[in-house]
Amino acid sequence: MVRLPRAEPVQAVDAETVASLKQRLDAAAQARLGHGLAVRHVNTGSCNGCELELRALTGVLYDLSRFGLRFVDQPAHADVLLVTGPLTRNLRQALEQAWDATPDPKWVVALGDCAVDGGVFKGEYAVLGGPGAVLPVDLTIGGCPPSPARILAGLRALLEANSP
Amino acid sequence: MNMLPPALRDATMEACQPWARFDLTALQWSALARDPVTLLSAWADTARVYALYRHRPSGLILPVSVAPDDGSYPALSIWHPVAAWYERTIHDLWGHVPAGGDTRPWLDHGHWPQTAVMAARPGPPSVAAEPPEFQEVGDGTFMQWPIGPLTAGIGEAGHLRLTLDGTRIVRAESRLGYTHKGTLLLMRGKSPRVAARFAARLAGDATVAHSVAFAVATEMALTLQAPPRAVALRSLMGGLERIATLLDDLTSLAGLLGDARAHGYCGEQQEYVRRGLAGAFGHRLMMDGVVPGGVAGEPDANGLSVLRQVLDGLAESLLAIRRLFGNGLLAARLSGLGVADRQLVETLGVEGIVAEAGRFGGDAAARCSARLDAIARDTEACIGLLSALPEGPLAIALPANSGEGIGYAASARGTVWHWLRLDHGQIAAVFPTDPGWALWPLAEATLAGAAAGDAAAIQCSLGLPVSGMDL
Ligand code: SF4
Repeated sequence: MVRLPRAEPVQAVDAETVASLKQRLDAAAQARLGHGLAVRHVNTGSCNGCELELRALTGVLYDLSRFGLRFVDQPAHADVLLVTGPLTRNLRQALEQAWDATPDPKWVVALGDCAVDGGVFKGEYAVLGGPGAVLPVDLTIGGCPPSPARILAGLRALLEANSP
Repeated sequence: MNMLPPALRDATMEACQPWARFDLTALQWSALARDPVTLLSAWADTARVYALYRHRPSGLILPVSVAPDDGSYPALSIWHPVAAWYERTIHDLWGHVPAGGDTRPWLDHGHWPQTAVMAARPGPPSVAAEPPEFQEVGDGTFMQWPIGPLTAGIGEAGHLRLTLDGTRIVRAESRLGYTHKGTLLLMRGKSPRVAARFAARLAGDATVAHSVAFAVATEMALTLQAPPRAVALRSLMGGLERIATLLDDLTSLAGLLGDARAHGYCGEQQEYVRRGLAGAFGHRLMMDGVVPGGVAGEPDANGLSVLRQVLDGLAESLLAIRRLFGNGLLAARLSGLGVADRQLVETLGVEGIVAEAGRFGGDAAARCSARLDAIARDTEACIGLLSALPEGPLAIALPANSGEGIGYAASARGTVWHWLRLDHGQIAAVFPTDPGWALWPLAEATLAGAAAGDAAAIQCSLGLPVSGMDL
């Protein structure tokens, strides 16, 4: 019989990251958001490397549900838009539509070097340089691609910064 | 030479390694397209349009080119439907017009500051962003189901338009290009060392394959060879990448079909491989690990033993994974799902998992077992490589010379081809060909006739890459 793998233990969240995030998220939002976050992934031109690591994060070893994190398919069900890719001009409209469809309060996380500032594609004719070019970005998680552990640390920091 | 197709017998030959390129007249270009050849790729530079064929009777690889006459060249899509997207791409990037072909935009969705950005003289921006045009089906009474460009789950961005008769798919047409990042313009004018960073970011799940094909094309153009230790390490990295990507495919498919056990188990194995790669190569995807001239680094003794442990562990779990996919509800769902037409697989030049699965019925179940076979083969090969790495340097220096070369490498999706021309050590023109170019047309044909509710699982089972062909 196949053994079903179990989630692994994790370390404490970096205190400094939490503190700086706490400052950036206003008090009113804290009360309304509570302890769970629904995350919608938005691909704005990624090379698929960031998606590989995101999919790895949804695996059983990381078990996101114990932190109150879950991925949803509809922006309308999301608290957080997790944006990958350098924001190609061809996907700008799709990102803006996803943003419009996400109810307030909402957060935008730029995931991966491409989404942070365009990464190696910065300044090219076909890209705008990440979601920050058209939307307010609340949190950036760098790396090319960021490891699942790093993504998780960022999302947990966002959660903790939001708890009353 | 007498194996050559007749259309090439009087053609001018240009230096290109390891296969000479035939520079053709428009007549020869069209004549060759009617021969028994499989189109592997087509691209352009400012002065010429190129095609890469495999001549089926002889197995010869044939790079050919034609100079557009007054901006236009004979379309290949009349004989090779798979050429249509290449021709639309060539039109969007270089402005050459395929006479008798489809010139609907492909990569250029009307949002760029210029048109024909790769041409000697780019054009003004197109006036308005066009809504994508799709081909009419039937009398217009069928239902249209547009999916994407942002799709459910965590995946790539592309648009698929399904025409439905009830719950049955009558026709599937895709529109890609959403993730176009301008990679070719970024590579042009750079040294191969610098441009390698862009080759490594064409497709995250085939970063090693693209990097190897690019590096080999560079080395070919310079008539050099990477040192034996680098070649062996490249094979090792390529095998490990295919293993991880194939496990990711199986994980995603199991997740999509709701089998938590298979999803958890494959995902766990994939994660162990990735962690092994981080330990051995300092990067979970081995990005930038392969460079023109050799490799950027190598695992130390500890890294090698970590890899050995991971591969041994994987070899032991493969039987259990096979059982998970071969029995119960998961097997029932996969059986008969998305049967790919064998003839079309051959015509399109599809290789890898999807082509192998054709021997076992060509459905999603066959593709899963072809994946497991490939994982087993690669695991064994990688274990062998680990214990037999040749000694010697990791890389050689690249002279700033000129030349033209072609390189290829096997990714989890099929063969990746890179062509490039160097001018005094700088890239004058380059074109990477991702296996997606052949897989997407196959997906469209495979979806036709299927149940609409199966569309996502069929796509997932085919493993359709986007970014690598969006460039
Ligand atoms: S940050 Fe790196 S891995 Fe992520 S999309 Fe960009 S190039 Fe790919």
